[in-house]
Amino acid sequence: MIKVSSLTVKLGDFSLQNVNLDVDSGEYFIILGPTGAGKTVLLETIAGLHPVLKGTVSVDGRDITNLQPERRGLGIVYQDHVLFPHLSVWENVAFGLKSMKCPRRDLWPRIEKIAELMNIDHLLQRKPPGLSGGERQRVSLARALVTDPKVLLLDEPLSALDPEAREKMQQELAEIHRRLNVTIIHVTHDFEEALSLGDRVAVINKGQVVQVGTPDDIMRRPNSEFVAGFALSRNLFHGNAAGAEDDALVDICGLRVRAQTALRGAVHVSIRPEDVFITREQVKSTAGDSFKGVIAEVMDKGAVIYVAVNVPPRFTCLVSRQAFGELDLKTGMDVYITVRTSAIHVF
Amino acid sequence: MSRVRSWMRHDSMSVVFAILAMLLLVFILAPVVKTVFSSSPGTLWDTLRDESVYSSVLLTVLAGLLATLIGIVVGVPLAYLLARRQFRGKRFLEALIDVPIVIPHSAAGIALLFVFGRQFLLGKLFGHVGITFVDTLAGVVIAMMFVSVPFLIDSSKDAFKAVDVRMEKVARTLGASPWQTFFRVSLPLAWRGIFSGSVMMWARAMSEFGAVLILAYYVPFLGDRATVAPILVADRFTAFGLDAALPVASLVILISLVIFVALRYIALRGDKQ
Repeated sequence: MIKVSSLTVKLGDFSLQNVNLDVDSGEYFIILGPTGAGKTVLLETIAGLHPVLKGTVSVDGRDITNLQPERRGLGIVYQDHVLFPHLSVWENVAFGLKSMKCPRRDLWPRIEKIAELMNIDHLLQRKPPGLSGGERQRVSLARALVTDPKVLLLDEPLSALDPEAREKMQQELAEIHRRLNVTIIHVTHDFEEALSLGDRVAVINKGQVVQVGTPDDIMRRPNSEFVAGFALSRNLFHGNAAGAEDDALVDICGLRVRAQTALRGAVHVSIRPEDVFITREQVKSTAGDSFKGVIAEVMDKGAVIYVAVNVPPRFTCLVSRQAFGELDLKTGMDVYITVRTSAIHVF
Repeated sequence: MSRVRSWMRHDSMSVVFAILAMLLLVFILAPVVKTVFSSSPGTLWDTLRDESVYSSVLLTVLAGLLATLIGIVVGVPLAYLLARRQFRGKRFLEALIDVPIVIPHSAAGIALLFVFGRQFLLGKLFGHVGITFVDTLAGVVIAMMFVSVPFLIDSSKDAFKAVDVRMEKVARTLGASPWQTFFRVSLPLAWRGIFSGSVMMWARAMSEFGAVLILAYYVPFLGDRATVAPILVADRFTAFGLDAALPVASLVILISLVIFVALRYIALRGDKQ
C-alpha cells in the first residue's frame, strides 16, 4: 500500500540512510526508535515535507516522491497536537475540507460525524488554548481524519499525555483503527506502546531501519544487540555456540546452556526476564536448564519485581508481587533459575 | 518600618536599580511632558491652523504611511524568508539589513542621492516612468523607508520565527498550498509582531530628519511647498528662535504620542483574546 524504497534524506548533520518499508493497507504500523533516530524525519518525508535525496515513496503503486504535500492525501498528527490557536475547534477541523474546496453543504455533516466519533462535539466552538491535552489530541486526530486520508501519520501521539489519558487514548487509537480501517503509521520511542498497538514494528536507529517484524519478533527474536536492548530484554549475553545440528550448547561466561540455533561461534544470547523462572528447589526438566545462583539485587517496580540472580552470569527475572511474597525472596539468598530452551534466542 | 528597612538591607540591588530606573524615567519624561504642556490648547490649535504647519504634519503622516505600506509589501516576504530558510550568507544579510539603523542619517541621505539622483542608475530607471526622487514626495517616502524599514523586518522576522513551523507542515498535509498556508496560518499567527513592527516603522519614519533633509528638503505638496515636521521644527528654531519652534514641537510630539498610544492599544487588545 505504502512503500518506501532505498530512501535517503539529508537534513543538516542528520541523514536517513537507505530506508525500506512496506506497509500494508489497513495495517497499524509502528516505527520504533530512540530520540534522534530519525523517526519524525522519516514520517515527515513520507508526508512530503522534506526533499528526498535518493529513493522513492509510493502509495498504491503510484510514485509520490516528488508530489507536493497538499496533494498526497496523508494526514499527520504531532505529539503536542499543533492545533491552529487562532481558529476555533470547528475551524481547525474544517481547515482541510476548506482547502479541498469541499462544498459548503457537505462541510457540516462531515465535521459533525467526525466530531461525534472523536467525542469532541461539545468543544466545537472553543479555542484550542483552553482545551486539555487529551481534548487537543482528539481534535488533532479529527482534523486529520475528516479529510479521509489514505494514511494517518502519527508522531509520538501519546507522549505528551499524562499516564491516565495516555492509556485511554491508546485504546481510542486502536478503536479508530478498527472502525475506520485506516492505515496508520505511528512513530514512538515507547516499546510497550509499540507492542500493544502495532501489527508490525520497524525498529530504527541512527537513520537506518535495523529490524522489521511483528511485536513478538522484536520482543523474542531481536536481530541485534540494539533491538534486544531497546526491547528491554535485560538478559543479553555474548556467548560461543558449539555442537551438532540445530541443538547447540552455548557457553556464556563459562555457563553452558542448551539452545536451538544453527549459528556457531561468537553469538549473542537474549532471554526475556519473564522467561526466567525462580524456584527454591532445583527443577528437573528436559525442556530447559536449571542453574543455582545467589540473589544479587531486588528492584521493586510496583506491579512487578525484577530480581537479579548471580549464577554467574547475572540473570534478571521478572517476578509477580504475589510470587515474590510466597517465595519469600531476599538479597543474598540461594535460589535456582530455570530457562526453557525455546525461550533462549541466539543471534 | 523596621521591616522595610531590613528588606532594603537584604535587597540593596533592587533599591539601587529602582533609583537608577527612576532617574532615567525622569530624563525621558521631563522634556516630553514639559514641551507638550508648555503650549496652551488654544496655541496648539492656532499652530495647527497655520497652513505651513498643517501641510507639514499631513505630509509627514502621509509619507510615513506610504513608506510603511511599501515596507510591508516588500519587507514581510523578506522577513518570512529570513525566519524560515537557511542559506549561505544569511547572517551577513541580516547584519546588512540593520545598517540603516547604525549609519548617520545624513550620510544615508547622501547614499540615497547617489543611487536615486536623476543621473544615477535607479534614478534614471524610475525617471522613465515619470518618478523622480530629488525634492519630491517620492523622495521623502524612500528616505523615510530606508532608515525605518529595518524595524519592520526585524519585528516581523521574530514574529514568524515564533510560529511553530509544524503549523505550516500540518496545513500543507491538510491540502493547503504554500500561498494558502501563508495567508491562513503564518500571517494570522504573526500579525501582531508585524503590526507592532509597522507601528515602529511608521513612528520612526515620521521622525526622520537627516535623510529627508538631503534628498527632499522642501517638496511640492497640496499646491504649495512643504517640508516634514522634524525639519519644520528645526527651521523655525534656527530662523525665529525657541518661542517660534516650541508650539510646533509640542504639536508634533502630541500627534506622535496619540497615534502611537492608539496603535499600541489595538495591538495589546488583540493580545488578550
